[in-house]
Amino acid sequence: MIPACPLADLPRGEAFRLEIDPPVSVFHTEDGELFAIDDTCTHQDASLADGWVEGCWVECPLHASKFNLKTGAVDAPPAKRPVRTHEVLVEDGMIYVRLSAATPNLPPCVATKLAGVLA
Amino acid sequence: MVGASLAGLSAARSLRKQGYDGRLVVIGDELHRPYDRPPLSKEFLAGTVDEAELALEVDGEDLQAEWLLGVRATGLDRTDRAVRLADGREVRVDGLVIATGAAARTLPGSEGLSGVHVVRTLDDARALRAELAQGGRLVVIGGGFIGAEVASTARVLGLDVAVVEAARTPLAGPLGESMGAMVSALHADHGVRLLCGVGVKGLSGERRVDAVLLEDGRGIPADIVVVGVGARPCVEWLAGSGVELDNGVKCGADGRTGLAGVVAVGDCANWYDPRAGAHRRVEHWTGARERPDAAVATLLAGGATEPGVPRPPYFWSDQYGVKIQFAGHAAGADSVAVEEGSPDDRNVLAVYRRAGQPVAVLGMNQPRLFTRWRKELGRTTS
Ligand SMILES: Cc1cc2nc3c(=O)[nH]c(=O)nc-3n(C[C@H](O)[C@H](O)[C@H](O)COP(=O)(O)OP(=O)(O)OC[C@H]3O[C@@H](n4cnc5c(N)ncnc54)[C@H](O)[C@@H]3O)c2cc1C
Ligand code: FES
Repeated sequence: MIPACPLADLPRGEAFRLEIDPPVSVFHTEDGELFAIDDTCTHQDASLADGWVEGCWVECPLHASKFNLKTGAVDAPPAKRPVRTHEVLVEDGMIYVRLSAATPNLPPCVATKLAGVLA
Repeated sequence: MVGASLAGLSAARSLRKQGYDGRLVVIGDELHRPYDRPPLSKEFLAGTVDEAELALEVDGEDLQAEWLLGVRATGLDRTDRAVRLADGREVRVDGLVIATGAAARTLPGSEGLSGVHVVRTLDDARALRAELAQGGRLVVIGGGFIGAEVASTARVLGLDVAVVEAARTPLAGPLGESMGAMVSALHADHGVRLLCGVGVKGLSGERRVDAVLLEDGRGIPADIVVVGVGARPCVEWLAGSGVELDNGVKCGADGRTGLAGVVAVGDCANWYDPRAGAHRRVEHWTGARERPDAAVATLLAGGATEPGVPRPPYFWSDQYGVKIQFAGHAAGADSVAVEEGSPDDRNVLAVYRRAGQPVAVLGMNQPRLFTRWRKELGRTTS
């Protein structure tokens, strides 16, 4: 489990970006629910924490594909692949994230950059 | 659906999502399945994105539609309620979505000269990509978004690039003078020559172009020329159909036309914008993607819906590694202020206001703040 931030520091409607590789963001919806998904859009290199949250969807800040915060599903292109979702827990006022074991769907530009680092 | 690109596909999706389960025919004159155009001047042209990635449909997506591709619609007969096709066929319709988009304007007199390109279709981009790979000197005619993106991509590919713009400041129309100047300063930052306030007289060359001739008498040597002087709506096929044409298909705030059961969406549609109090033909990706929802709702309800207020128009552009985003209408503004960042760093969030009220917002590498302002704009200017 990775500690993110104190719940008190994350107002409703805001997101907290965990600077791990690849980055993960925790969203606090207007309804008070908490969700964690991969922060990088599956289309191009955009941070979904910069996006526009409405209900349990976040709209990518660049080209408006929307991702479901609960399931990771994408509504319509340009992004075509879902993001991973991660489990969120709150203990003693602290938000924790348990990372998914699935392979992330990184956009081609980011995936090649990562591959370059590994090579 | 006539037009099998972003707006046509989005309308087909909206129809199915909104419960229409009848026959659906999509007519398009390109042979390709719907593909994404923005990368054509950016990643696809640069060679970092391939054709398969341009597909707008998702693997396994099936809208239960009949696709008539590679055939042009040539007319609409309103008494028979039929769309006439170039091959003589007719398709009877109960409802029609006009989504024929726009076509690149060309330079009169450039026909027959090789080395002269426009960038609108996949075929255009394939041809230009092959030529850019040869290197050389590129002259881009027109300093608008597509011209600027092609210049930026070609520069990354190592070409020697010049941009010629007839207006005093490029992008002054969409962004206003000061911000247009700021964004187009990116060209000089990256070693691209920008010539403004001078028109193009013509092209020289025997079979292949060798120079762009300017009205002030200068000639700029060129191996490749890209003409980026805007697009015109593809609506000739509707002449005489009873659909009102005025800078595209003139329609209401939900895409409805004067003919019952006929709506228009995307680049060919001149929608009424309640915020601006005027009709606007918006040539942006997001409008072509989102507005079909409203148009289809109107179509299915037989026009019995009240048009809502669409979100302010939004577009993006990527140039020289800078993410440019814009929402709203700059034309109505009486002031523009940089709220964050600095023009010198090409990192800016600027807000346009009229009588103190925000009417538009521009971001350069500011996706987070830009998104907040775009949301704000949707609230305040309704
Ligand atoms: C190179 C390029 C880069 C762009 N970059 C950006 C960007 O960065 N950001 C942004 O917001 N927007 C961008 N755009 C704009 C965006 O792509 C358009 O707004 C969008 O494609 C509009 O979709 P549409 O379906 O309305 O029209 P189109 O995509 O033009 O599609 C219309 C289709 O209808 C077909 N058609 C036309 N006439 C007929 C007929 N009579 N019968 C049958 N079929 C017909 C056409 O062949 C075409 O396939 C860019 C456009 C281009 C060309
Ligand atoms: S980067 Fe997210 S939709 Fe394009």
